[in-house]
Amino acid sequence: MTTVIKVPQSLDEHSFEQVLEQVAGLPEDAKMLLDARHTKWASPYGLAAMLTLGQSRAAAKATFAVPDADETLSYWNRANFFFYAADVFDLQGVVPRRSPAGESQVLLPLTPVAKTEDVHEVVGHLQQQAQQIIATELGIDPKAIVGFAMTLSEVCQNIIEHAGCGGWVMVQTYDWRKRLGKRVVVIAVCDAGVGFRGSLETAGHRAPTDRWDDAAALEAAVMRGVSRFREAGRGQGLAGVRKYLARWKGKLSVRSGTARIAIVPDWDDDAPLLENMPQFPGAQIQVTIPEQAHR
Amino acid sequence: MTNHIDLGLMLRQTLSASLYSNLVTRPTGRAVRTQIERLLESARPDGHALAIIDFTHVSMIDFSCADEIIAKLLQTSVAHPTLESYYLFRGMNEDHWSAIETVLERHGLALVVELGDGVEIVGVLADGERRAWEGIKRRGRAVPADLAVELGEPESDVGAALDGLWRRRLIMRHGDAYTPVRELA
Repeated sequence: MTTVIKVPQSLDEHSFEQVLEQVAGLPEDAKMLLDARHTKWASPYGLAAMLTLGQSRAAAKATFAVPDADETLSYWNRANFFFYAADVFDLQGVVPRRSPAGESQVLLPLTPVAKTEDVHEVVGHLQQQAQQIIATELGIDPKAIVGFAMTLSEVCQNIIEHAGCGGWVMVQTYDWRKRLGKRVVVIAVCDAGVGFRGSLETAGHRAPTDRWDDAAALEAAVMRGVSRFREAGRGQGLAGVRKYLARWKGKLSVRSGTARIAIVPDWDDDAPLLENMPQFPGAQIQVTIPEQAHR
Repeated sequence: MTNHIDLGLMLRQTLSASLYSNLVTRPTGRAVRTQIERLLESARPDGHALAIIDFTHVSMIDFSCADEIIAKLLQTSVAHPTLESYYLFRGMNEDHWSAIETVLERHGLALVVELGDGVEIVGVLADGERRAWEGIKRRGRAVPADLAVELGEPESDVGAALDGLWRRRLIMRHGDAYTPVRELA
């Protein structure tokens, strides 16, 4: 029997949880149809996390019914979604031919990250293609774009250093009128690897308390810079990211296993910590930088 | 002996065929640092070496790479009291500084950087070390007794500060005298 999973009309880091709630409890080899026919919009996180879901269900490749709406199909295509989705899903529906490179208006389309060279490519691409767009659309001082590239580099490295398998990154700007009334630039980095708890456990980094779970692991890694590596300089990548986000009123959210931690700026009312969420392997990171007010 | 190390060039050699000029990722930093250390090993017949680390052709450096290159080079130079390896950083700009500053603060380190016509020490210094450095910079060369008179501080304190700066390879020692880090003949 095939279980039909309804993909929400609008797919972002919050609504993706509706997908996971439906998937939770299904055996790994359960047949699954992800029905995105009525989906109209997806954030970078929504698309990257969807690929990660497909990657995590390798035991029984799920079927993915593509959106009906031409505009949605076109955008997802320009974001490279179908190109990578074909590897992790059986695609159902009319899938457009891949857009030629250079036609995409996406700042950084979905890009696989599995090795060091990939991070160089991603950062180099951002600097060549997207620097000016971020500066003009978001009013961020061009000098601060370097910090953005550093942030992108560090969150991508999380996959290489800790995941144990490849993942995807995507960067895009869009209007966030409903929630913030501003434009934002979003980095989404998702993998289906061992996750923060699994990574820290390889080095015996159990907290000296009874409480050791995904939330405790996220607090240790994201808030206190604890790393599975014992060297003194480890863990400062995310610390540097936090410093950058504080300067630009940015938001960081990291989901891993059954928990999600967020550094929430004053423009948002997200929960700083969520526990007992549906189990999802790996780590899913989202960085959001809003348009600057002084423009 | 003075070695000039163009980090941009070394990066491209390390990555082979990369068109990019960004010092990003920890493995990249590790590979670049290893190259620098090998270069200095082969160029240190008398136990003294100065490496000018040139950032001119580097677009950006991230935290992880700064930790692997800057922090570990500085830590290694301090950890070997018999080998005098000095580093002078050239061509650093604001785009490099935020990652490097974070790394220096995290490890309590400082480095010598070329600024304009002169050199400066940036990073973590104790107050006494800062005053001793400013005195050495003004005088160009000084022994502890002379600097103590100028600063109006006990010679033992000034001597300890200068010795501390030298052990951190932030100034050079020539017999009893100290000088800012400068190119070796």
